[in-house]
Amino acid sequence: MPTTLIQPEFKVEIDYDKCHKCGRCVQQCGWGVYSFNERPIPDDAKCRACHRCVTYCPARCITIRKNELAFRDNPHWNTGLRKAVWRQAESGGVMLTGMGNDKPYLNIFDHLVLDACQVTNPSIDPLREPMELRTYLGRKPDSVEVEPDGNGGYKLAEGAGVSNNIVLDAPIIFSPMSYGSVSLNVHKSLAMAAEHCGILMNTGEGGLHADLYPYADHVIVQVASGRFGVNPEYLNRGAAMEIKIGQGAKPGIGGHLPGEKIVSAVSETRMIPQGTDAISPAPHHDIYSIEDLRQLIYSLKEATGYKPVGVKIAAVHNVAAIASGIVRAGADYVYLDGFRGGTGAAPQIIRDHIGIPVEVAIAVVDQRLRDEGIRNQASIVAAGSIRSSADMAKAIALGADVVAIASAALMALGCHLCQGCHTGSCSWGITTQKPELTRRIDPEWGAERLTNLIHAWSHELQEILGALGVNAVESLRGSRERLRAIGLDEQTCNVLGVKPVGL
Amino acid sequence: MTYEPLLQRAPSTKLPTFPDREGVFGGERPSYTREAPFKIHGGCGLAGICDESGKMMSGETAILAMAVQRDRGNGLGGGYAGYGIYPEFPDHFCFHMMYHDVKAKEDAEAVFDRYFVVDLAEPMPTRPVKGISNAPLLWRYFLTPEPHQLEMTDMTAEDYVVHAVMRINSQVDGAYVASSGKNMGAFKGVGFPEEIGHYFILEEYEGHTWVGHNRFPTNTPGWWGGAHPFTLLDWSIVHNGEISSYGINSRYLEQFGYRCTLGTDTEVAAYLFDLMLRRHKLPLELACKALAPPLWSEIDRMPEEEREVMRSLRAVYGSAMLNGPFAIVLGFNGGMVALNDRIKLRPLVAARQGSVLMVASEESAIREVLDAPDRVWTPRAGEPVIARISGMDWPIHGDLRLPASEVSCAMSGVEDACDAVEVA
Repeated sequence: MPTTLIQPEFKVEIDYDKCHKCGRCVQQCGWGVYSFNERPIPDDAKCRACHRCVTYCPARCITIRKNELAFRDNPHWNTGLRKAVWRQAESGGVMLTGMGNDKPYLNIFDHLVLDACQVTNPSIDPLREPMELRTYLGRKPDSVEVEPDGNGGYKLAEGAGVSNNIVLDAPIIFSPMSYGSVSLNVHKSLAMAAEHCGILMNTGEGGLHADLYPYADHVIVQVASGRFGVNPEYLNRGAAMEIKIGQGAKPGIGGHLPGEKIVSAVSETRMIPQGTDAISPAPHHDIYSIEDLRQLIYSLKEATGYKPVGVKIAAVHNVAAIASGIVRAGADYVYLDGFRGGTGAAPQIIRDHIGIPVEVAIAVVDQRLRDEGIRNQASIVAAGSIRSSADMAKAIALGADVVAIASAALMALGCHLCQGCHTGSCSWGITTQKPELTRRIDPEWGAERLTNLIHAWSHELQEILGALGVNAVESLRGSRERLRAIGLDEQTCNVLGVKPVGL
Repeated sequence: MTYEPLLQRAPSTKLPTFPDREGVFGGERPSYTREAPFKIHGGCGLAGICDESGKMMSGETAILAMAVQRDRGNGLGGGYAGYGIYPEFPDHFCFHMMYHDVKAKEDAEAVFDRYFVVDLAEPMPTRPVKGISNAPLLWRYFLTPEPHQLEMTDMTAEDYVVHAVMRINSQVDGAYVASSGKNMGAFKGVGFPEEIGHYFILEEYEGHTWVGHNRFPTNTPGWWGGAHPFTLLDWSIVHNGEISSYGINSRYLEQFGYRCTLGTDTEVAAYLFDLMLRRHKLPLELACKALAPPLWSEIDRMPEEEREVMRSLRAVYGSAMLNGPFAIVLGFNGGMVALNDRIKLRPLVAARQGSVLMVASEESAIREVLDAPDRVWTPRAGEPVIARISGMDWPIHGDLRLPASEVSCAMSGVEDACDAVEVA
């Protein structure tokens, strides 16, 4: 019997006439595709089409192709499903994968278009006029209470104002990615970029490595069900704290970090033994209902002198009511993670079939909080997945205060979306702990590329605002009047609170 | 100068009777929602003048200011509000009414009869003017809440009046309250503003504050009620511009119970003023700063206390920021405030001559009205121009405590704007 019925997904073709026989492909590939016997010999079965070898081949003689084996057409039993059955028949296990849901669900962002000004109101030129992106993340009072300052002016009343908010220079932050799932150099790149851009990075559930302590003002420290790396010092090292209830890629289950990635420094930071799988419990075992969440929120606040606490949830069917409860429980922001959000490791069946699009989650949560008159009590952070400044603008117009990006950030560092994060062999040195791979990311280089990305999206958002005739991002936030839907059904339009084009 | 016809009538609780009259619109009363199912786009001209010493000036002044700005409108709406114009009835609420037909008038008067003591009811004095046609029946009433009814409702007099306005505007078919404040009135209609001013014989009124408006709607022909100013109690608001942030402004207001049913930027501005001044008790200067805030770069350079106030204002009222081109004049018993958008995308010129403060879309209006202004300047973006009449009380709106939905219902005349509320 063959060891597997599954044929390789890709074919690695080397033009040996051009090949220098330098062996760089052998050295670059983290998946062990290449062996060398006078010339590089690829093993197609191991290739994930991450293009590391292609990028680094000095002779440009490597081509990766899809292994287009013909199957008898059957849209119902598509190729992926057949392969999954064969694979599970071989292994008897849950199939793991990395990155976000890749199934061709309707993408709502791609069915929304933005407005622009013509004649009756002027568009604004962001090259020549101020165009403000500054955003306050956190709970805001219902109104601003002032009292006379004695000199004819006014000052804030005692305890009034927004001093507990975090100021962001752009409405965009980095999503949580734990040290362990990504390398320390990735964390450093994110932290440095966050500092350069005046935004935030997020530790994820893996604790905060001591090297990142200097960036504390730009770090959100996460508290997840595994409580990895959580101690009072950790909590106080963050500008804000975040309770992770769920993640868009795997709603209802806890984090997965394969033991291969728990190397010494990771084990120290996470406060768990080396080489053990770090599998967080599905629920927090001290949160079995909303009142328990409230207690945890206030425990964290008490431990840190009332720093902001956010709560991250996966976007699921009843997300509006859940978010409302979270806000009433005292959260300073609600982080909504849509079902296309990425992951370092998740069961494929969960990733691809659970949750709802973040576009819908933003719309229903924003509306619910407004209906209840508590929209000002918490910011909405939207993620999973924001692919461009256009997605960002649309998310903000639907009602998000801030968007969070992870997949795009990793792509800035070289990620090619090969979905092999869980293997710990990332050839780009991102989702790995192997020293020979992690050193491929120079934090200075990484920070520069991430900074470029944030600046580029910020400029693009400014262009969009200018076309819309507004000069501050808060005038776009929740302004669904500036969105129109093209090709969405009426029901979805109503849920989104967006009119169809032409109206 | 006193207004003679007004004094000649003996106060009476009986309503006069009128000859029957066919409805002038030849059908149903047009509604705001029909006029503007979507947001109205358009430009406009405006003017405001206030003598801070409380000295009276003739309505002719307001007409002059608007007449030279004729080109800013297209003849589809003009209007004025005058303050201090009814010194004979300083403590009466004055209802300026528009009726589609006699039936509407009877229905509205039934409301007045039951809930108010009407001390004077009379047809609005008008004169025929070329260019003005299709006027609705125009009446005015000087009234006070019926004491027994008022006591039963456990409301303040202002609440009670707003309730009545809401009820008439949304439930009495064919009747519309043009204004309902004390010692003030709105005069508006379809036409150029100087025509409207002459039609209402404004030169015979004397007021300490006048605001005027010239409308340039770009969609459908206006109806009389749709002209500016918008009013509620003694507030009147005139507006030139288009608020590009209308979408979020209206959603923000909805959170507080306001219902933005008209699709006009003016409505949004009026409710935001109501929210901030009346319900959040912000000082007028700060409310203006919240609506047209300074840039972050300016805020960062402010002295610490001011900086913290401004940061909080922007962070808390970000959704209330009126972004996009506008110039607004808000009139009230006690003065007026004029405000420009934060980067000055619509014109607004101001001038002072002694105790008189004047603002207008164009300097020509100022030069027409003031013979020797001490100073003429262009107010900076977002910098409110505030006129306060010495000796008059703040805050405005008296003791109004009603929830937002009823305020928006009263102002808009759209029933959806509130849950149907029974008076008494």
